[in-house]
Amino acid sequence: MAVEHSFPDSAARNAKGLFETEKMSLSMGPSHPSTHGVLRLQMELDGEIVTKADPVIGYLHRGDEKIAENMTYNQFVPYTDRLDYLAPLANNMAYAIAVEKLAKLEVPARCQAIRVITAEMARISAHLLGLGAFGIDVGAWTVFLYSFTEREKLYKLFEELTGARFTTSYSRIGGVARDVPPGWNDRVLAFCDQFLPLLEEILDLLTRNKIFTDRTAGVGVISKEDAIAYGLTGPNLRASGVPLDLRKDKPYSGYEKYDFDVPIGSNGDGYDRYLVRGEEMRQSVRIIRQAIAQFPEGKWYAEDARRIIAPPKDKILTSMEELIQNFMIVTEGPQMPAGEVYFEAENPKGALGFYIVSKGGGVPWRLKIRAPSFCNLSILPKVCVGAMVSDVVSILGSLDFVMGECDR
Amino acid sequence: MPTALDAIAALKGKWVGVKDRASLDHPAINVPAADLLAVLGSLKADHGFDMLTDVSGVDWAIGTSPRFSVVYHVFSTTGHEYVRVSVDCADDAKPQVPSAAGLWPGADWHEREAFDMFGITFAGHPDLRRILMWDGYPYHPLRKDFPLAGIETELPDAEVTAETKVGAIAAPMMGGPFVASSGELNMTDAEPRAKDESWTERRPKPDA
Repeated sequence: MAVEHSFPDSAARNAKGLFETEKMSLSMGPSHPSTHGVLRLQMELDGEIVTKADPVIGYLHRGDEKIAENMTYNQFVPYTDRLDYLAPLANNMAYAIAVEKLAKLEVPARCQAIRVITAEMARISAHLLGLGAFGIDVGAWTVFLYSFTEREKLYKLFEELTGARFTTSYSRIGGVARDVPPGWNDRVLAFCDQFLPLLEEILDLLTRNKIFTDRTAGVGVISKEDAIAYGLTGPNLRASGVPLDLRKDKPYSGYEKYDFDVPIGSNGDGYDRYLVRGEEMRQSVRIIRQAIAQFPEGKWYAEDARRIIAPPKDKILTSMEELIQNFMIVTEGPQMPAGEVYFEAENPKGALGFYIVSKGGGVPWRLKIRAPSFCNLSILPKVCVGAMVSDVVSILGSLDFVMGECDR
Repeated sequence: MPTALDAIAALKGKWVGVKDRASLDHPAINVPAADLLAVLGSLKADHGFDMLTDVSGVDWAIGTSPRFSVVYHVFSTTGHEYVRVSVDCADDAKPQVPSAAGLWPGADWHEREAFDMFGITFAGHPDLRRILMWDGYPYHPLRKDFPLAGIETELPDAEVTAETKVGAIAAPMMGGPFVASSGELNMTDAEPRAKDESWTERRPKPDA
C-alpha cells in the first residue's frame, strides 16, 4: 500500500537504490500501557510510519449477549456495569430505558431526574479518566493525579447512593434501586461547586501545553464524512464537527427539560476530541445543577407496574400481596410483551444501543449491545495509516475507548 | 422535512418486496436479500439515513425457517430518526446476505461480528473473519443450539495446548445463576439451575 507523506522515508530512498529496506511488522498489545486494556494492534511499519494497522479485539469477550438470553431482565443489570466500566450508572440507565420502551412504561419524573443526575456524574467521572489517561499517553502525568482525586469524590457519592463505588447496578426495570439519601443532592451540589474551579485547573494543564498540543493537534484527523460512515458517536463524532447528541436530538429520561450546549470540534483531531470532552464536563455540571434545582417529588419507581417492578422491602415483609408480587418478579422476571425495540443513549463514550427481541415473558430472546467503543475503534485501520508509531499512542488516547464494552 | 415513514412509503413504491415489519418503536421494514443493498443504498443516498448504527444477527430458534435474520438500524444524523431493516437468510444451513460494507465502511466490523456469533456469511465482504472469538474457533456461540456453559475446545495457541494439555474449559454451571431460555421453560421448571444437566462437570459432555 503506497502511503503519501512528506517524510524522506526509506521507501523513497530505496527507490533510488541507495539501500535495501523491508517492512516490519509490530504487534502492539494486548498488554501495552497505551492500549487501555486489552486491545492489540497488528501493524505494518515502514520505518516509523504505520502503513497498515489491524486491530485485534475480543480478548475481553465474555459473551454478555449469550448470558442475557439466559436470565431475566433485572438479572442482567449487573452485567451492564461491566460494559463501559468507567460509567456504570449511565449503562444501567440506558439498559433500563431500553427495556422500559419494550414494556411501554413511563417512569416517574423523580426517577428520571435521579437517572439524569447519576448519568451526568458518570459522564464527568468517565471523561476525567479519559483525560487523565490521555495525558499519561502523551507524557503529561499530572493531569491523571488531579483527575483521580476528583473521581474519588464522585465515587464517595456513588457509594452513598448505590452502595458500591464501581459496579453500581443501580437501575431496575421500571425505576431505580432506592431513593436518594437525605442530603445527598446537597453534597452533589457541593461537589459541583468545588469541581468547576478544579476542572479549569486540570484543563489548564493541557489546553495551552506546548507538548500536549504538539502531540495531539493535527494527529488522528477524522473527517466529518468518515466519522459518520464508520458510525462514530459521542465526543469522537462531535469533535469532527457533527452536532449530534442524542440527549438533545432524541431526548430521553427528561433531558429536554434541561438547558445545555453541545460542544463540537472543527478539525476532528485529537486536540479537538480533548476540548470537546473538557467542555462536556462543564455542561454536565450545568445539567446536574438544573436537575437538582427542579428535583421532583414522588416515587423513584413506577408503582403501578406491578408485573415489572418489585415493591419496597418493608412492604414485602408485611403484606401478602406485595410478597407474591416480589416472588413473581424475582422468579419469573419482569413480564414483557413480545416485540422488538432499539434504544440508544448518549453515554460518555458515545451511543450505547440495546436491540431487544422479546417473545414475551421475563427473558429476552435476543439482546444485542451496540457498543460505542466497538464502532469508534473500527476506524483505526483508516486513521492510523500514515501516522508515526508514537502518534498511534496519541490517537488511541484521544479516542477514549473501553475494551469491556468493545468486546462484551 | 421528510420523515422515516415517507421514506418507507417511497421504498415500498419502488421495490415490491419491501414490506412493513411489526415494531414497538421505530419504523421497520422487511427486505428480501436480493434488494437489500439497493434499499439500504436508497435510504442512505435519497432519504438521509447516513449512519449505520447497528447490525445484529438474530437466531429465531432451532427448527424455524427462516432461522436467521440480519437486522440493520440506520439513523439520520440530520432528521434524527431510525429505520429498522430486517433481511431473512433464505438458507438455514448456510445463511448468507449481501454485505453492506461497500455502503458504510463501519459495517465491516458489525458483519464480522454477526459472522463470528451466528455463522452468517456476508457476500462481498472485504475481509470476513472472526472478530471476538479467535481464528479457528469451531462454533458460533450465539446460535441457540450452542449451550450457555460453552463447549470445551482447544486453546488458540496450539503450543500452549500441547504443553499444558489444557483446553478452553466450559463454564461450570452447578450453582450458577438462574438459567432459562425465553419460550422454552419457565423459571420454575428450569430449576435446578443448570439448564441442561448433561453439561455439568459431574457428567461427561457429549461430543461436540
